[in-house]
Amino acid sequence: MRITRQEVEHVARLARLALSEGETEKLQEEISSILDNIAVLNEVDTQSVPPTAQVTGLSNVMREDGTWQSLPAADVLANAPRRLDDFFLIQPVFEDSQGESEG
Amino acid sequence: MNLHELPLHEASRLLGEGAVSSVELTRALLERIQAVEPRVRAFITPTPDLALSQARQSDERRARGQGRGPLDGLPLALKDIYSTRGVLTTCGSRILANYLPPYNATAVLRLAEAGFVLLGKLNMDEFAMGSSCENSAFFPTHNPWDLTRVPGGSSGGSAAALAAGMALGALGSDTGGSVRLPAAYCGVVGLKPTYGRISRYGLVAFASSLDVVGPMGKEVADVALLLQTLAGADPRDSTTPDVPVPDYRAALSGEIRGLRVGVPQEYFAAGIQPDVEAAVRAAILQLHEMGATLVDVSLPHTRYGVAAYYIIAPSEASANLARYDGVKYGLVAPGEDMWSTMERTREQGFGPEVKRRIMLGTYALSAGYYEAYYVKAQKVRTLIRRDFESAFARCDVLAAPTAPTTAFKLGEKVDDPVAMYLSDVFTITANAAGIPAVSLPCGFAGGLPVGLQLLGRPFDEATLLRAAHAYEQATPWHTYRPEL
Repeated sequence: MRITRQEVEHVARLARLALSEGETEKLQEEISSILDNIAVLNEVDTQSVPPTAQVTGLSNVMREDGTWQSLPAADVLANAPRRLDDFFLIQPVFEDSQGESEG
Repeated sequence: MNLHELPLHEASRLLGEGAVSSVELTRALLERIQAVEPRVRAFITPTPDLALSQARQSDERRARGQGRGPLDGLPLALKDIYSTRGVLTTCGSRILANYLPPYNATAVLRLAEAGFVLLGKLNMDEFAMGSSCENSAFFPTHNPWDLTRVPGGSSGGSAAALAAGMALGALGSDTGGSVRLPAAYCGVVGLKPTYGRISRYGLVAFASSLDVVGPMGKEVADVALLLQTLAGADPRDSTTPDVPVPDYRAALSGEIRGLRVGVPQEYFAAGIQPDVEAAVRAAILQLHEMGATLVDVSLPHTRYGVAAYYIIAPSEASANLARYDGVKYGLVAPGEDMWSTMERTREQGFGPEVKRRIMLGTYALSAGYYEAYYVKAQKVRTLIRRDFESAFARCDVLAAPTAPTTAFKLGEKVDDPVAMYLSDVFTITANAAGIPAVSLPCGFAGGLPVGLQLLGRPFDEATLLRAAHAYEQATPWHTYRPEL
């Protein structure tokens, strides 16, 4: 199965991944080739087979609703590329002028 | 025998008897690292000063009669995927090139409580995505048996360090074969435990329904020793069931009479290197001669394992790696607004294989393709599990090759992702099913090590290790060392 250049660009945008010109074309080739190999799964009849998401057999693992010591803020923030006091510093999420909205 | 060549369990015994000190052992390993590391390149971050200070503390504890047990003072090394408080943890990626974790992984914490000595952090494919260690953002590791060949991946640094005598034991991690493949290529022992047997807390996430912590050593008893300390439920990882932890070392009786060993025909299909097949068949015959009963079994969905894996693992990875956004830690490449900063950070921080998998996973999970790819792969995963369930109704362990070939040349497959993915054809299904599997040396082909893979029932590492140990002790393969 061959995926289009537009699909590659769309998926890169979903993944928040900037791609250079050469990368887009290379990924188009490589992902198409990988999807060709994955197509072998269509040979398998899975009509009445339930999916497996995980293999532990566990569900709804509960713990006591208590409090415990968490990491000091200074430790948590120590790796932050940009910070202001005890906060992670980021660029604005909402712009007021253009009103552009993104998920 | 030189101290650096000792198996971990032997070094443990000598330490316990007072025949050797932790400082002596650690110095021997550090000298060995100095001598051969420039050619092997297994370490991203060596920690010699930390190691010596931990060794001194261990010796002092033992002198006071406050030793912490069999691992106290033993020099180990960790794949650079384990969060180590205050010690650089890169996961083989530029995006974490300067990351100092604020906490220890549970596996690291348990080893620390047992008194281990940290020699350093080991090279790996970026985010554990790869089969050759060539996807490390920093440098490739070389196979100690032939420096022009790959050590296997993704835990290539761990296997190469062990084979080269640069650590007495190591941790790798296994999502699709990342412990077993390098163990096979480097002639050491690597265990992929049952999913959930060891806490994943602090193991940098790749594909969360498949990832496991993998103890590695030169002998089966080494791996049993590490597993004993690491196994068990952890409140910080809700996928660790509260299953009792047996005495693994006591299980190593050397006795396998009456053990039913299944031989899955699909693992001897076309494409396997003939001298690899011959070595594995000879190993299976050896098990038979030692009193095991051989049973022919079929795992008909084996051939779909790689395809299902390359949907499920990239899908989970694309979600897990969304956290690298240049905000909380790691690299940031500033752009004019928030979205461009995020996009540029990820463009510059991730290497080609990681980008490929994020793209593939995002595609498989995107609207319109989710049912056709992700759900389809999960259904095939069910069929793979059922294959193993029916096989284990008739046998106690399965015996098969770990990989279809011996270690390939550096550079041979870097431009062919599909060929690289096929290196994992015999290891991937154990991750899909969550069952334990171990790779151990079973001979040589063209001067390169061959791995025997044994697979077991969920949470039955004791039987698996008993079979592996009995075979190992009846054969000479674990005593060979590469000339460096």
